[in-house]
Parts: sequence; C-alpha cells; structure tokens
Amino acid sequence: MHHGLAVLTALVGILVVFIFLFLLQESWPLLSKISPSRLFTDPSWHPSEEYYNVSAMVVATLLATLGALAIAAPLGIAFAIYCEFYAAPYLSKALSSILELLAGIPSVVFGLWGLVVLVPVISSWEGPGTSLLAGIIILSIMILPTGALLARSSLANTAQQWRQASAALGLSRWAMVKTIALPASKTGLINALIIQAGRALGETMAVLMVCGNIVAIPDSLFAPVRTLSANIALEMAYAMGDHRAALYSTGLILLILVTALLCFSRPNLTERSHA
Amino acid sequence: MPEFSLYKGIPRFSLTKSRLIHGLIAAAVLLALCVFGFVLSDIAIKGWRHIDFSFLTENPLDSGRAGGVLSILVSTLAVVLICLFIAIPLGVATALWLAEFSDSSKTRPIAAWLRRLIHLLSGIPSIVIGLFGFVFFCQILGLGYSLLAGGLSLACMALPLIIGTMEQDFRSLPSSLRQASSALAISHSAFIFHILLPVSAPALITATVLSIGRSLAETAVLLFTSGYVTRMPESVLDPGRVMSVHIFDLSMNVTGGDNKAYASALVLTALIIALNFFTKIVIARFKARL
Repeated sequence: MHHGLAVLTALVGILVVFIFLFLLQESWPLLSKISPSRLFTDPSWHPSEEYYNVSAMVVATLLATLGALAIAAPLGIAFAIYCEFYAAPYLSKALSSILELLAGIPSVVFGLWGLVVLVPVISSWEGPGTSLLAGIIILSIMILPTGALLARSSLANTAQQWRQASAALGLSRWAMVKTIALPASKTGLINALIIQAGRALGETMAVLMVCGNIVAIPDSLFAPVRTLSANIALEMAYAMGDHRAALYSTGLILLILVTALLCFSRPNLTERSHA
Repeated sequence: MPEFSLYKGIPRFSLTKSRLIHGLIAAAVLLALCVFGFVLSDIAIKGWRHIDFSFLTENPLDSGRAGGVLSILVSTLAVVLICLFIAIPLGVATALWLAEFSDSSKTRPIAAWLRRLIHLLSGIPSIVIGLFGFVFFCQILGLGYSLLAGGLSLACMALPLIIGTMEQDFRSLPSSLRQASSALAISHSAFIFHILLPVSAPALITATVLSIGRSLAETAVLLFTSGYVTRMPESVLDPGRVMSVHIFDLSMNVTGGDNKAYASALVLTALIIALNFFTKIVIARFKARL
C-alpha cells in the first residue's frame, strides 16, 4: 500500500514542475524565435505587429501589489493584534469567524462592487475611474481577511509565560505587543506578508474588472493599467500563434515572479486551514 | 531565543500612549469591518431587489439579461463535484503518505522536497493553472472546453488545501491511540483504516468544505477550461458556465447585465456563507460525539 501512496504523492509534487514545463513548452515557439530580452525592450505590446513588450504590465502588477500590501498589511496586523491582545474572548472569537467568512468571498464579488460602486466614486475625483487606485483598493480588501488570520495565528504563538511575565512586570499592553509579541512573531508576520503578496500578484478577476486594462506605465494613481494576469484573461480567447505563445510567456513570467517570492516563505498550515 | 529589550521597554511607554494606541488599533478594526459591511450590504440590497424564486429555476436568456441561473448552478455543481471526486482521494492519499510513511531517514528529505513543491503549488496564480489546464486537459487530453476539464483544473488548486489540512490532522492524532494499537499488535494498515481515518473524519469535512468554497470562488481557472456557454450541460464533456464566470461576464461584457450580476453575486455569496455555517454546526456535532 505504501508504495502506491508514495507514487501518488510524487505525482502531486511533480505537478508544479509539470505546470512549469507546459508553460515553457507553449511559450517556446515565441521564445525560440525572438530573444527573451525583447519582452522588455520592444517599443510596445502589439502582438499583431510582433511587438511583445510586457514591462508596462510587470510595472503595473508590482505597483498594484505593493499598493495593496501598503494598505492591507498595517490594517491586517492591527486587526490581528486587536483580536489576540485587546478584544474580550467572545469578541475575538466572533471577529475571527467573520474573517474566515470574509476570506471565502469570491474575488468577482469584490470586483463587481468595485466596478459598480468604487469606480464611479474615483471617477468623480479624477480620470476615468477604472484605475490603478481602484485596483489597489479592491486587492487590499481581498487580501485583508486571510492576511489578518495568518498574522493572528503567528501572534498567537507568543508564549504564555512571556505574556504573564510582561503583565507581572507591569508593562502596558502596547509595550507587551511592541517589545514581545511583534518581535517574537516577526517571521510569521513576514511569511503572511509574502503569501498575501503572492496572492495579489496573481489575482486576476477583480483587477481585470476595475483597472481599465490599458497597457501603459501609470503616471498617477488615477491612470488605468493592465496587469500581467489581466492581459492573459483578456486576450487568451482570441490569441493565435505567436500571440498565444506571448501570452504563455506572460504566464511564465507571472509564475516565476510568484515562485521566487514563495521560495522565501514556508508552508503555513494555518493558512491552508483558513484560506 | 531572540533578545527582547524588556528593560529598555518599561520606561518608554506611558499609559496615555498605550490608550491612544488601543484606540488607533480599534479604529483600524472598525474601519475594516465597515468596508466589508458596506460591500456585503451593497451586494445584499441590490441583489435582493432583482431576485425571485424563478431566478433559481429558469435558464438564462439573452446572454443572461433575462431569465435565471439554473443551468449555471448545475454547471457549477458539476464542476465542484468533479474537482472533489479527483482531489479528495488524491489529497488524502498524499497526506497519508506524508504523515505516516515519510519519517524514515531515507524518505524524510524526499518528503521535505515534496512538501516544498506542494507549497509552491498552493501559491500558483489561478490564471496560470487555467493556462496549464487549457493546454493539458482541453488540448492534449482532448477534453475541449468541458466541465471535466474545468473540474480537473480546479482539483490542481484544491489539492494543496486538502493535503495541508489532512496532514496536520493525521499528525495531531493523540499518541495514546497509536500506542494502544501497537500494544495490541494491530497492523499498520488496520490502524490506518480503523483508527486514523475514522478519527480524522471532521478534518475531512473541513478540507472538503474549504475546497468547495475555493472552487465556488474561483473564476480565472475556469475561464478557458470549462467555457462560457450558458446552455444546460448534458454530460461532463459539455462546456458549461459557472457562477463566478457568469457574474464576471454579466458585469463586464453584457450591457445592462448589472442587475442580474448582482442577483447572481448574492446567490453565490449566500451559498458560501450558508456552507460556512452548516460546516461549523456539523463539525461541532462530530466533536461532541467523539
């Protein structure tokens, strides 16, 4: 029996390699013809004219991710600190249940809300409304619940005797959080940040719905942008030949970005049981 | 052990500052809750206005502008079931090997690598899985745009979730059970089938529900694997449109589709929330019985 199980396990493990190889194989028709550096040096992204510059989309993807993290990370950590150290037990339990519930809300639902409610609001301030800013806000809403849950589970690892010792020393609650809980759970918090960054990088639907999808390096928060993932979703339906290979190359870049990021994180069992 | 600046810490923090920070943190929580409350109530209110019973019992007409979501619900259910049918046995088998058979000195490094690969799999963007599914399931295996191809692609996403949940649970089995079964000289396979797996039933429910939730929420994977067709599917080889793709299509590609998009979003969200509550109750019952 255990040989059979070992084979199945190996199969599942190799799936990642398999995915990588298939993406490579599908982008090969293009990558063998042009030098891969052209993906960053061509004048523009016009696959029908054989221009394959994806750098504007890479920049947009990174900006959207960083922006979302800048909003969601402090809020998520504050949420986690509140649940773990400030809230009464019943409240803390209720807040965690709410977070678990919110973590399961589909991204298209947030995208729909963004498109119908948020975009008109932004457009009343400046520009067309579909913008980098809208993408950042929707992404941060999306990654906040799971991020807060992850942060909470790493804060929960602060040893009970340290908590008691700090209370005995008369430390205020914030002093305990700042000098004991946060340093002790730094690795866990960074891990949470990386996992959420990975999610934001790869998120497609919500971003596709609110970002405007114009291929350009944004000059302001109100400028429309197109991310790598949105580019695939938008053009895959009609892409043929080299164009299709170019989209697979985009997918490959995305895969490499996320994989590189995740190599700095470790499997987090709590993430899996909540995500 | 990391070094903490306890002694530096004490005089630096005043009570006023601590209270101020308490207020700030509570405000952040309140802000987050308000945003989510705002989004969900918007979906609930606008969705409720455009929903009636016939919405659930009619097929969509005119690209979804009229009619209901019956065929969409059927496709969604089919895709999710196919995903579970593949991912659960495979995920449980993998978790079983990782938890029960991988601790010898020869297999431990291999298991560490496999765990790392599975961790990477859990992070792969869904659109990339969609690209893979399109090439591998739709084209190479010749399934075309079909519910089967969609379900198989979804299974790739659900696997790490199931493996993680199950392995953690297998490993947290009370050692008394393990010791008792060795004392009684029960074979390893009997131990697995009669003790380990039955005791892990609640975790299996959790893993199943998490996978259902993830599958229901997934859109990008299914865009180019299960297709766009709103017709009622007749077999697993037919294409079919799932709820999340329907919401996306109505709001982005169909002018005047917003109302039905809201109604569909409400149905999907309600389904996910109901599933969440239902599971909590079932698991609480299970734990009470054990």
